[in-house]
Amino acid sequence: MPKTDNNIEYKNVWVFAEQRDGKLMDVSLELLGEGKILADKLNQKVCAVLLGENLQEMSEELIAYGADIVYVCDDKNLKNYTTDVYTKVITSMINAYNPDIFLIGATHIGRDLAPRISARVNTGLTADCTNLEIDETDKKLLQTRPAFGGNIMATIICPNHKPQMATVRPGVMEKNKKNDSNIGEIIDFEINLELEDIKTKILKTVKEKKNNIDIQQAEIIVAGGRGVGNKEGFDLLKKLADKLGGVLGASRSAVDNGWIDHSHQVGQTGKTVRPKLYIACGISGAIQHIAGMQDAECVVVINKNKNAPIFKVADYGIVGDYKEIVNSILKILEK
Amino acid sequence: MMNIIVCIKQVPDTTELKIDPVTGTLIRKGVPSIMNPDDKNALEQALLIKDTVENANVTVLTMGPSQATEVLKEALAMGADRAILLSDRKFGGADTWATSETISAAIKKIGNYDIIFAGRQAIDGDTAQVGPQIAERLNIPQVTYVKNFKIENDKVVVERSLEDGYEVIEVQMPVLLTAIKELNEPRYMSINGIFKVFGEGKEVTETWGVDDIEVNLDHIGLKGSPTQVKKTFTPEVRSKGEMLEGDANTIAKNLLSNLKSRHII
Repeated sequence: MPKTDNNIEYKNVWVFAEQRDGKLMDVSLELLGEGKILADKLNQKVCAVLLGENLQEMSEELIAYGADIVYVCDDKNLKNYTTDVYTKVITSMINAYNPDIFLIGATHIGRDLAPRISARVNTGLTADCTNLEIDETDKKLLQTRPAFGGNIMATIICPNHKPQMATVRPGVMEKNKKNDSNIGEIIDFEINLELEDIKTKILKTVKEKKNNIDIQQAEIIVAGGRGVGNKEGFDLLKKLADKLGGVLGASRSAVDNGWIDHSHQVGQTGKTVRPKLYIACGISGAIQHIAGMQDAECVVVINKNKNAPIFKVADYGIVGDYKEIVNSILKILEK
Repeated sequence: MMNIIVCIKQVPDTTELKIDPVTGTLIRKGVPSIMNPDDKNALEQALLIKDTVENANVTVLTMGPSQATEVLKEALAMGADRAILLSDRKFGGADTWATSETISAAIKKIGNYDIIFAGRQAIDGDTAQVGPQIAERLNIPQVTYVKNFKIENDKVVVERSLEDGYEVIEVQMPVLLTAIKELNEPRYMSINGIFKVFGEGKEVTETWGVDDIEVNLDHIGLKGSPTQVKKTFTPEVRSKGEMLEGDANTIAKNLLSNLKSRHII
């Protein structure tokens, strides 16, 4: 395939600053945090790429979260994401500034945009990375991701093409602390957008509130799996979650059984979470699930089957009936 | 007349995969191969169009080793009209960039398409990249995460799922759409279809190699892939925790005091 031109100096770590309705997505701020670490190792800058309308406030927020430079394209045709126009603007920016690394949140939008860009600028793209490092010897990006449903991990490199592109799932990386005294530069990017560039037309956008329960923000998650047995089992877990000030989580099989909404699902096909406390009840611990919760600070496992794989990631393991244990915990907490 | 191409993939059923506890490697033996679930929804949508639109024609396309004809046969038995396997040693080891280069070359050869369907992502790689990359190489629009589909006049109107809702999008044809499982409920193979497709010695699929499509040899397979696998390993599991024992009350007390002393609660 066409090799990247060696005569060009590729530098800086770029982060796609995804906004919806004028609000920055958390994953973009998380990527700024990670991007800063990578940029420091490379003696480069971390830069945000922001497309939309009325971007001043968001640009300042990106600087407060660590961006050294914010590349801004402010145009009414960029207010909402569309594949064609966003791809056009961002590839133009890449060709103008030649970033070394480009990180994109693995949201529904990021996963629509990133492959389109990588095909247009002829570079590699690694999906859903869970770990990013810089190789000490050649300064290349080591991109680690789960494969085969999380059963194995693979470290991917993109040795001969730039930018090295990766998507990262929300909740995997950590944000910097917001600092309003940070100093950064805002650079306006001018481009002529033709309306013919937009081949898709958004007729309307529908928000569904019920999917808004944000288990990724929760400090405490009480999660249930197949072993919970039924919907009523989740009512009991909800009591415990409420008492602890937490929220409900679930394994894929609990969701597939219809006991709880998909928005609660933790794991490879659900959400990645890193709460302070994760209490897993009746979850056997398929590797897909463990991939989504193993970074919890403390994991409590309650399961009837002492051989359940999830015990491997437990800080505290309890072999027994979750109902009995949860009821006992509730009794003590209510005292 | 409407021509539809559906890109499908044969994948190992990852829910059946296990790790060898001694060697720590993936046990592939005995793991069934299936049609990738999202691809089945993609195919179903194509067949639904065929059910309602006069003169609609559905071609299924896959890239893989010769055993991938199994999923093509399944697609034919579900109701597809034509099935093509892209198979050549030179295609092997391709990442998504090189895969989409190969598949889009085959689509150009098929030609004259109105809609290309693909699954959102395959369960073995979970990248969700090949669909959009094919659309880019064909220079056509795409809509990913499609959960509802209809044709209005000569345009396609779809619902694209987002994390907190959905968008209703109108797009002209030709277009590439990627399907998610909410889109529909895939049909089973029909008895007639099975009879037609799986009979002894029947040649129902076509196989195309590198000489059958127009593609730059430096853009395909392992050699044409910008990304490389540096290493693979089994996920680290954290060190063993503490097992709490006794009656439920003792365990509960013990647990809570541990959590409190660690300032977790």
